[in-house]
Amino acid sequence: MAAADKASPLGLLRVMHLIREAELRLAQLFADGEIPGFIHLSVGQEGVAAGVGAALGPGDTLASNHRGHGHALAKGLDLDRFFLEIMGKAEGICGGRGGSMHVADAAVGMLGANGIVAAGLPIAVGSALAHQVRRTGAISSVFFGDGALAEGVMHESLNLAAIWKLPVLFVCESNGWSEFSPTAHQIAADPCALAASHGIAARSVDGNDAVAVCEAAQQYVSEIRGGGGPRFLECRTTRVRGHFEGDPQKYREGEGAARDDASDPIVRLERRLAADGVPGTEIAAAARAAAERVTAAVARARAGNLPDFAASLRDVYSPAAG
Amino acid sequence: MAEVRFGQAINRALADAMEGDPDVVLFGEDVAAAGGPFGVTRGLLDRFGPERVRDTPISEAAIVGAAVGAAMSGLKPVVEIMFMDFATLAMDALVNQAAKARFMFGGQFSLPMVVRMPHGGGISAGPQHSQCLEAWLAHVPGLKVVCPATIPDAYALTRAAIADPDPVVVVENKSLYSVKGELPDAPPAVAIGKAATVRHGRDATIVTYGAMAPMAVEAAAALAREGIETEIIDLRSLQPWDEAAVLASLARTHRLVIVHEAVEAFGPGAEIAARMADAGFDELDGPIVRVGAPFMPPPFAKNLEERYRPDAERIIAAVRRVMA
Repeated sequence: MAAADKASPLGLLRVMHLIREAELRLAQLFADGEIPGFIHLSVGQEGVAAGVGAALGPGDTLASNHRGHGHALAKGLDLDRFFLEIMGKAEGICGGRGGSMHVADAAVGMLGANGIVAAGLPIAVGSALAHQVRRTGAISSVFFGDGALAEGVMHESLNLAAIWKLPVLFVCESNGWSEFSPTAHQIAADPCALAASHGIAARSVDGNDAVAVCEAAQQYVSEIRGGGGPRFLECRTTRVRGHFEGDPQKYREGEGAARDDASDPIVRLERRLAADGVPGTEIAAAARAAAERVTAAVARARAGNLPDFAASLRDVYSPAAG
Repeated sequence: MAEVRFGQAINRALADAMEGDPDVVLFGEDVAAAGGPFGVTRGLLDRFGPERVRDTPISEAAIVGAAVGAAMSGLKPVVEIMFMDFATLAMDALVNQAAKARFMFGGQFSLPMVVRMPHGGGISAGPQHSQCLEAWLAHVPGLKVVCPATIPDAYALTRAAIADPDPVVVVENKSLYSVKGELPDAPPAVAIGKAATVRHGRDATIVTYGAMAPMAVEAAAALAREGIETEIIDLRSLQPWDEAAVLASLARTHRLVIVHEAVEAFGPGAEIAARMADAGFDELDGPIVRVGAPFMPPPFAKNLEERYRPDAERIIAAVRRVMA
């Protein structure tokens, strides 16, 4: 997809459908025992990944977190190799070594999902340093949740980025949850105020409005690329599912069934497109295309080979020179 | 050939590497303007400028984490952790990020990064500025760990670490920084994982590294006066370590003493002893004896620390034990 197309409302819708479809399929595969371990889904948060992803260029780098499927797909990670990886196959993007929490794709600047909360922040800061020193013209970015605001390295990273005026976009996905606990019980400060206290310009947007996220991200990316130093974008969004798949979510029992379509970024954008006169067939085509792509990717992943132990063992270090 | 201090040999290695490759950058606490707490990076800011030689805030986790991201994006960062004890604050970046990136991303990334860490040294720096924690790092698949004992090796291992495509921790003993010696104009290269036999002898093998290597040489001289000839293997690298060299020496002497400044229990010597008890079982004519620090934090008071830190006397006693 061309950059302009990616950032168009229909382009954003296509990416959100791809992420949603991929993750709901992952949930099914997980429930059916076809995926081992555990997975964390970003259902309801697709507007953030799609919106920010559309604002980034192909040379820009991105560090992600444990809830990183959407970030990876929005950055352009190959869908087939994504499913192959999460289903533990040799042809997976990481050879079946990483799985859901470690999808990465060097070819598209995706520096990895991450199993450690807030660990992506200093990695993005270092990547931004490389862009600055090597004058690549690119920027780096990092996605993290509001729970990550409690980690010490988050503060170290913001400060370092500010001191060195590094080209990095910090994207805080505030879904209101720090794993099983309400973020309101865990973080005393407002995220943007935290960033501002580190000397970083920050703003908050409705993360369930993909168009708004994209516009805000484009504005910040352009300021960062222009040498303005780091920016901090808080995207307020909704974690529809549990912390991980299979999470009984007893801690959410009081919440009721209040999560309605109004907070769903896909429903919202579809309504908007319909109101703008986009033909229903075109809107429906986005969902259908995503489903077809995912179905094909799952079939290929099922046909993948199991990874070889000896090959894994050889990859702990780089091959000896010469 | 020039007479330099150990720290200056590292400085020259850093400068030569930076001269040869614009992707090599240096950052850490007080490494730029102040030239490092031990003067190791002195002059590099003036020579290479503030873009490539940077002072960081006191943020060990971000320093090493940023080195990971920088290495994933084309730089070859060399960062400094002011005292090895402070690596505790950077363990996620070292253990979960740097060490695993290559493996867990299926070989898509290699991380050419170096983390320099001064350890030990017996300078009354107290319990939080004196530890030798290299066994922690050598235990983590994906990290390499080197520890030079001599001035030419300080140069060569620093160069080898920077040239290496994987994360390398360079452990520098604080007691060695001020040691003076000759550094050849073109110091011979040293491959990571290759030990040096610094003394030949038929009676017992002493395996050691870092500041305990000169201590072992001192002990060997005293033992030689009573007719006991020891062979000294300076490992130079702990991960990977030169098992073949140790085994070959054991096959000549049939007796083994392992010496390090790190705490003896669960220290690097435990791994070496275990491997030799296995691969070298048929060669052993006596018990494998380790000399290390006792199981206590490094104390501050001079007399306490002198007792804490292994010395020639304890090495001599250990050799006598394996010879008995």
